Amino acid sequence: MAVALILVVIALGSVVFHLLSPWWWTPIASNWSYIDTTIVITFWITGAVFVAIILFMAYCIYRFRHQPGRQAHYEPESKRLELWLTVVTGVGVAAMLAPGLFVWRQFITVPQDATDIEILGQQWQWSFRLPGPDGKLGITDTRLVSPDNPLGISKEDPNGQDDVIVEGGELRLPVDKPVKALLRSVDVIHNFYVPEMRAKMDLVPGQVSYIWFTPTRTGTFEILCAELCGVGHPQMRGSVVVQEQSEYQAWLEGQASRSFARLAPAAQ
Amino acid sequence: MGSILVFLTGLLIVAIWWLSRQGVLSKPWLEQGVAVDFTEKSDLSSSAARTGLAVFLAVVGSLFALFLSAYALRMQLPDWRDVPLPAILWLNTGMLILSSVALQGARKAAREGEEDALKLGLLAAGVTALAFLSGQLLAWRQLNAEGYLLASNSANAFFYVLTGIHGLHLLGGLIALGRTILRAWRGTTPERLQISVGLCATYWHFMLLVWLVLLSVLAGWAGNVIDICRQILS
Amino acid sequence: MTDVPLGHVGPAPAADVEDVELYHPHSWITKYVFSQDAKVIAIQYSLTALSVGLIALVLSWLMRLQLGFPGVFTFIDANAYYQFITMHGMMMVVYVLTALFLGGFGNYLIPLMVGARDMVFPYVNMLSFWIYFLAVLILVASFFAPGGPTGAGWTLYPPQAILSGTPGGQDWGIILMLVSLMVFIIGFTMGGLNYVVTVLQGRARGMTLMRMPLTVWGIFTASFMALLAFPALFVGAVMMLFDRALGTSFFMPAIVEMGQTLDRNGGSPLLFQHLFWFFGHPEVYIVALPAFGIVSDLISTHARRNIFGYRMMVWALLAIGALSFVVWAHHMYVSGMNPYFGFFFATTTLIIAIPTAIKVYNWVLTLWRGDIHLNVPMLFALAFIVTFLNGGLTGLFLGNVVVDVPLSDTMFVVAHFHMVMGVAPILVIFGAIYHWYPKVTGRMLDDTLGKIHFWVTFLGAYLIFFPMHYLGLMGVPRRYYEIGEMSFVPLSAHTLNAFITIVALIVGAVQLLFVFNLFWSLRHGRASGGNPWRATTLEWQTPETPPPHGNWGKEVPTVYRWAYDYSVPGAAEDYIPQNQPGTQSSAGMSHG
Repeated sequence: MAVALILVVIALGSVVFHLLSPWWWTPIASNWSYIDTTIVITFWITGAVFVAIILFMAYCIYRFRHQPGRQAHYEPESKRLELWLTVVTGVGVAAMLAPGLFVWRQFITVPQDATDIEILGQQWQWSFRLPGPDGKLGITDTRLVSPDNPLGISKEDPNGQDDVIVEGGELRLPVDKPVKALLRSVDVIHNFYVPEMRAKMDLVPGQVSYIWFTPTRTGTFEILCAELCGVGHPQMRGSVVVQEQSEYQAWLEGQASRSFARLAPAAQ
Repeated sequence: MGSILVFLTGLLIVAIWWLSRQGVLSKPWLEQGVAVDFTEKSDLSSSAARTGLAVFLAVVGSLFALFLSAYALRMQLPDWRDVPLPAILWLNTGMLILSSVALQGARKAAREGEEDALKLGLLAAGVTALAFLSGQLLAWRQLNAEGYLLASNSANAFFYVLTGIHGLHLLGGLIALGRTILRAWRGTTPERLQISVGLCATYWHFMLLVWLVLLSVLAGWAGNVIDICRQILS
Repeated sequence: MTDVPLGHVGPAPAADVEDVELYHPHSWITKYVFSQDAKVIAIQYSLTALSVGLIALVLSWLMRLQLGFPGVFTFIDANAYYQFITMHGMMMVVYVLTALFLGGFGNYLIPLMVGARDMVFPYVNMLSFWIYFLAVLILVASFFAPGGPTGAGWTLYPPQAILSGTPGGQDWGIILMLVSLMVFIIGFTMGGLNYVVTVLQGRARGMTLMRMPLTVWGIFTASFMALLAFPALFVGAVMMLFDRALGTSFFMPAIVEMGQTLDRNGGSPLLFQHLFWFFGHPEVYIVALPAFGIVSDLISTHARRNIFGYRMMVWALLAIGALSFVVWAHHMYVSGMNPYFGFFFATTTLIIAIPTAIKVYNWVLTLWRGDIHLNVPMLFALAFIVTFLNGGLTGLFLGNVVVDVPLSDTMFVVAHFHMVMGVAPILVIFGAIYHWYPKVTGRMLDDTLGKIHFWVTFLGAYLIFFPMHYLGLMGVPRRYYEIGEMSFVPLSAHTLNAFITIVALIVGAVQLLFVFNLFWSLRHGRASGGNPWRATTLEWQTPETPPPHGNWGKEVPTVYRWAYDYSVPGAAEDYIPQNQPGTQSSAGMSHG
């Protein structure tokens, strides 16, 4: 009796906790509201299954608890019931998988008009590189990294000469413009994670991974590292500042001239 | 991860075939009494040893398949420089084949109770296997002298690791073979040695097979096959 | 509480191993230390694993203290914190759960349940334990090595695992960890061969595969999987050891570490991840399948009803075992691997949910129209269903590639895997210990202590891990020494963290009660008799309890029926032991 009651409390309590607790995701600031939708779908389906099974269990425990004279029913299997349950489960799984795969397709398909930017991780700070006026990023090589070239930019590549470099500071992005972030690391694996963007991807040394998103509201959002990268892992923070297009442009021009001045003599 | 998946698919097929003969579709609650499909085993220890070896070979196979998967993934990266195979490997391969043949002869001799042929076969297998291992060491020294150091390129590192792991497995086999030889010399009859000799022979054939696969991969012949395996996944 | 008299066993001849063939120990050392008796080896495995478990439990307290009350316990610095989480994870997954289910329960139950006198290779079996013990010693030694144990996280991802920014990366920590794992794998392979071959070759007369209890099926399948999956970890460990000690570049690309250019080139960190998870995912099921099997038998026995859909349960076990080898990259959705893999691995991962769900349905359907005795083992089994269901369902979030993106590497993941492969299997382990302790010792564990232990553990664990999901949903990352200020995390989340810590301390403390019960009942427990739960399976039908070396006395039992003849209509008792001939049975009457 008590056991059945506690199971009921667990099932219903979990639902009440889910609905009433103050702990929920932070408001979204990117185009990935689809991801939130798939999570909600999954919550509904799995929640229903959880409650149904636990309540059924509680009922069985109450109804078929041992009493003098009770004998269990002998029934080795029921093909029909099992088949039926398999089909229902399959449908439920498909209902979660299909939207998931659909959104994943969008997640990995970068729109044509996305701007390339580069995010570089190292123990334990973030650096960023934005294309200058030419709109293109220059090529890089980890073996070129040195104190005066912390991102390892190739000086032979003309595309790289006007790149805007932000070391250990803020990443600025214009609102409502899709960006494709190329992710790179010079030492260990890091992970670029902005909770409000819902996006997340590892930065792997020796290769370039990518992620794309469109910031949908202005503001300052925290960047966290989400892949253990040594003792400084929790301190590896940065921020992304999403601005109106005009503000962003003004800032970018100021930066471009500065980095030009720095790189130009070396390039000769 | 192509080669390990191919390997596991092979195991899966064997497992399904075996399970299908074990009545996994039957309804056990309808069957009572001593089930008729349970074959009486005459000699438990020999069949257990043989099954044990078969399962162990599956584990060893999985180990090497995984190494080859890692090899296949790693060799696509741009810094890879193939190792030129030392010529002595061909001699070593010949030795290992001879070793396998000798053990097969010993197995036959044990079955037919010919003591001298058995001893000869065992000894020949042991000597040729030792020759193989020494030859492998020579190959290492040769490569090292030519500047193909362990740390200088991953192709070199894989060469040393793959041949090393294979050599260690053969060395383990040599211990078992050595014990069998000792027993043969102490006068154990061929009939009683039949199981041990048979197990050694099976193990030897398997190690030969693994070596031939490794050789074909290291020599680059398997490159095409690996390409196909890789395309299955990517 | 009737013991089944042995007279029921038919006059069949001893099927397999002659009694004289067994190696009989002569001294205390060969009987209890270097023993070749699977039951003694099982106890050695279990006690070693439980001791490691207690160390890992204390480590979890320390890390929870830091998370719940950051800055209060100053002796836990960031280095120590990462060492604690790493050792906690690796110990629990490999050295506790794997060793306990396969080495402990496998050794004890397989020979008894299939009606064998012992494992088929007793000497190798003994070696297996001592090599495992050596692996544990090497692992624990890393606490005392210069620089301490590795703090790379239990996943040991290179390059960080072997670089100086990680505790133990350039000291002994990582080397000892890798060597210990390799030793463990060698030892396990020896044990695993025994478990598999004993099931294949050592079964008593009449014990067809489909008459085996699901416990044996679970351990058998898991052992087979472990034999094939552990080599992947072995390969990864060998290669990483070379990278760390000999300067190779298997996993090491060109790296500039803290301004220093390292002499490495071209390696692939993702290669290690593929190898690791090729082991790591089957590992989840290596722990889960024995738990599935055991819980099926607990529920069936204590509900006095045959396990519902036995055939389906067997097929589901096999299907899960096979499928678990093609889902590994679902741990790598945000790892930077080819994103198109996501479609394949999300699909296989969600497909594996179907046989798993069937198992859950069948456990619950076994309760339907049963005669449920809420004994302590049964309580643990029911609690397993709740936690496993919860953890399995959150797995559907993480397995579905795009849903995983915001949740991966957050506390949601921590909550999920603790619920599904931490709490759930450990509840089964407890249930199984309460269930089989009478067979091992001849005495019952104390019931009142058991119930206190159960309720605090179950409800406490649920209170720890259920709310933890919501921390992850908020975006709190895992493996953070301190959360510190995060703009998107409300203050109340810190209160939640403190609450979780307090509950964790309580749940941990109650385990000491369990340890006390284990020792106290050894002397003071109620005598149990041979078959206190009136169960059908062979281990309860031994002529003596605890069973001596050789298990069966003069004659190995002959098996006449499947493992689940409970409440058969018309039978005198509500259970019929597997070795009871008798023709009266309801079900089909058709013979063969």
